[in-house]
Amino acid sequence: MAIESEVLVVGGGLAGLTSALAATRAGADTRLVSYKQSTLRNASGLVDVLGYTPDGEGPLTDPYAAIPSLPTAHPYRTVGVEGVREAMTFFDEVGPDYRGGHTDANALLPTHGGTIKPTARYPAGASAGLASDERDVLLVGFEAMVDFDAKHAAAHLEAAGVPFDVRGVTIRFPGDLRADAKVTRYAKLLDTDGEVAVRGRNRPVRAALAERVNTELEGEARVGFPAVLGDDDAAGVRADLREALGADVFEVPMGPPSLPGLRLEDALFDALDRAGGRFETGNPVVDSDGEGRIERIYVEKNGARIPNSADQYVLATGGLVGKGVESDRETVYEPIFGCHVPHADDRYEWFDTEAFGDHEFARFGVRTDEDLRPIGRDGSVEFDNLRAAGSVLGGYDFAAEKSGSGVSIATGYAAGRAAAEAAR
Amino acid sequence: MSDAEPPSEPESAFDPAEPNTGEAFEPVDVFPDSTDFDLRPGADSCYKCSTCDTNCPVAEVDDDFPGPKFQGPEQWRLKQHEDDYEVDDSVMDCSNCMRCDNACPSGVPLSQMHNTARGEYVDGQMSKLSVEYWRNRILANYRTSAWVASKVPRLANAAMNFGPARWLMEKTMGVTSEREFPAFATETFREWWEREGAAAGSRERARENRKRRGDPVDAEKKVAYFHGCYSNYNTPEVGKAMVRVYEHFGYEVVVPEQRCSGTPMFANGMLGDARRHAEVNVSSMADLVEEGYDAIASCTSCSMALRQEYPELFDIEGIDEVAAHTFESVEYLRIHEDLRGAIGAAELDDGLEAEFAYHAPCHARNQGLDRQAVELFGELDGVDVEDVGDSCSGISGTYGWKAEKYDKSMEIGEEMFEHMDEADGETGMTECPTCAMQMEHGTGYEIRHPLELLAAALVE
Repeated sequence: MAIESEVLVVGGGLAGLTSALAATRAGADTRLVSYKQSTLRNASGLVDVLGYTPDGEGPLTDPYAAIPSLPTAHPYRTVGVEGVREAMTFFDEVGPDYRGGHTDANALLPTHGGTIKPTARYPAGASAGLASDERDVLLVGFEAMVDFDAKHAAAHLEAAGVPFDVRGVTIRFPGDLRADAKVTRYAKLLDTDGEVAVRGRNRPVRAALAERVNTELEGEARVGFPAVLGDDDAAGVRADLREALGADVFEVPMGPPSLPGLRLEDALFDALDRAGGRFETGNPVVDSDGEGRIERIYVEKNGARIPNSADQYVLATGGLVGKGVESDRETVYEPIFGCHVPHADDRYEWFDTEAFGDHEFARFGVRTDEDLRPIGRDGSVEFDNLRAAGSVLGGYDFAAEKSGSGVSIATGYAAGRAAAEAAR
Repeated sequence: MSDAEPPSEPESAFDPAEPNTGEAFEPVDVFPDSTDFDLRPGADSCYKCSTCDTNCPVAEVDDDFPGPKFQGPEQWRLKQHEDDYEVDDSVMDCSNCMRCDNACPSGVPLSQMHNTARGEYVDGQMSKLSVEYWRNRILANYRTSAWVASKVPRLANAAMNFGPARWLMEKTMGVTSEREFPAFATETFREWWEREGAAAGSRERARENRKRRGDPVDAEKKVAYFHGCYSNYNTPEVGKAMVRVYEHFGYEVVVPEQRCSGTPMFANGMLGDARRHAEVNVSSMADLVEEGYDAIASCTSCSMALRQEYPELFDIEGIDEVAAHTFESVEYLRIHEDLRGAIGAAELDDGLEAEFAYHAPCHARNQGLDRQAVELFGELDGVDVEDVGDSCSGISGTYGWKAEKYDKSMEIGEEMFEHMDEADGETGMTECPTCAMQMEHGTGYEIRHPLELLAAALVE
């Protein structure tokens, strides 16, 4: 016996989750299997569609307007402008409390390095930080948290010409957490409003933090913190700080490990659970049966191969970092189904010698037909019932374009819908 | 040189466009031959994303704990670099929940590194005369205490929860007096099993059930049950449910000689004890696996030990075959039987509650089992099994029994207690005996094993 479903999604990142949600909500009996935790946990939590063109033009004001002139191999060209729009609307419906859906235009958000990032959607907790807002900003960093240097970030923002005054200060987080305290330690302490010792007296941490910031505040209308302000009760933490500070409070998205990415992952798994989708994580898919049509796949558990079968499959295993695309000295390959990944024979052509140059590897991934089904070297469909979504797709450089989340959502949605349709 | 100054022209520029190793390149073996498991590829795979750290329940509440990334790959590297490097004593604060294994997107064997380092620390650095050592050793060898107690269960139950004795245990041994010791059953699972006719009785019942099901009477359906210590000495009803459910599907059950899985020993760095027990378990199971049996555990920590920790830590003949043939009890039926269909067609008679607050044990995660009960029972009419979230229960076996860890254990568990409180059911459900202790301790709920619900739905 195999563990069965109508649609089986392989991969639990943004693309896989969107795909499973889309299939479930389209009425298909859907299961998602995923190995370890996804790169979503490293992501900023900002959901971009397209920030720059492949030639580096930008930041773009309207990402949708730029889509028709993208190269034909780009995944956005496969799903089309309307496909992207529909998928973003779907994300707004099923996803967590995100903003930016009121307009086609990109929002500009400050990052922890003090750069400005164009993005289509952003968490509610980041919304008071918009760079287009003209109110003055105080950025607050914590001494023990070296990932966010508030003064440095403020100086960068000034240099970028933001339309407001911005100042950065570094304070000691009340309770003096250890130098490498995890972001989850800060979040947990703030979530539970735990007691911390301040000059020999125990105080609730939210009030103690606000007190320290208040001594630094010089009338700024909004205050930005590194994105560690709670996990389960992030909105409550912000509300308490806002009240105590008399200023708007926002989170500045951080590098890995990232709480906004983690919250997004949790929210999507919860949404899938509520929608009735099933999921299983922890073990890798290692193999499959079937020529021209996938019959079953095998999940490996310590040497035992557990068969899972479905009518339709979605491949959403990620790119080079997520290990959905692998390489060795000879070749670049997709490890589960062996789908074709176009690349130069000579591996010295896979990269540019400049660190920020035009690397071929950044666009490695499977190519598909118009229905997102991976195609072989000769252009024919590899498997009738397999679709691909997210970073496992090639033909685009998400890091340079700022299109990672958008491509995952757009192709995940399209693949999930199409799989559900085909399963009927 | 300050960062602002441009670097001077290097003598030979790095030019990746051509292989620059040349003919003269000879690879050098950096580390001398060693009989230990080679952890280097694992350490090299760590790209420091810190995803493991965000999954660590201890680092979330304990300001002295540096987290799994340090305990694993970073400490491993330090050990290679410095001859006199001593394992940091914080390795004893790791609860061995193994969530970091499940987290790592790069396949770093974190718990293997922790277990190895902890074993080294206890062997080489911890005083064998210290109270901590003996306290840990007694807690880790729960099977020995349980074996003694099972001879006089009523007396043991009274003595173990006798206030003054517990006060003394806390003061002298550091075993918290906040918790109630679990009750010992008046009849162990193995005693019951013998009474039921043991393997011969099971074969007969299995054959009858095959006839009823229309299976071939000689079908090769046979499993070896690894009951572990807890369902033998404390909750024999779980073991009984396992036997009834498997026989219902036509399986012959055998219950081979077995010791502790080793889970509490790994967590306390007692690798010598763990190995002795593992040798007995592997030897029992390896013979049966060769004869076509699969090993079935009802405790997710036991199945985790046999599947993952054994092959990661010990080199015992037959260990890989045993690992590949070990399954959790419900998982195995899902793979081999139409359990979904059977559940969909089942009706639950009175006798068992209909609403459960389910907690997935951390050790279920690496095995991909954390959603199993919710997924399966979602299709059982009239029953609601609600997932109380992905937090750790906080007890982690022996961790929450240590007086100095008790408060942290409860702080970790707080999220689960709250979610249990919010859930509709007032009965808990989990696969792990110590999670069950913590759930009961924090909420007062009675706790059931999924097998008990399965038995109630399908057999009774």
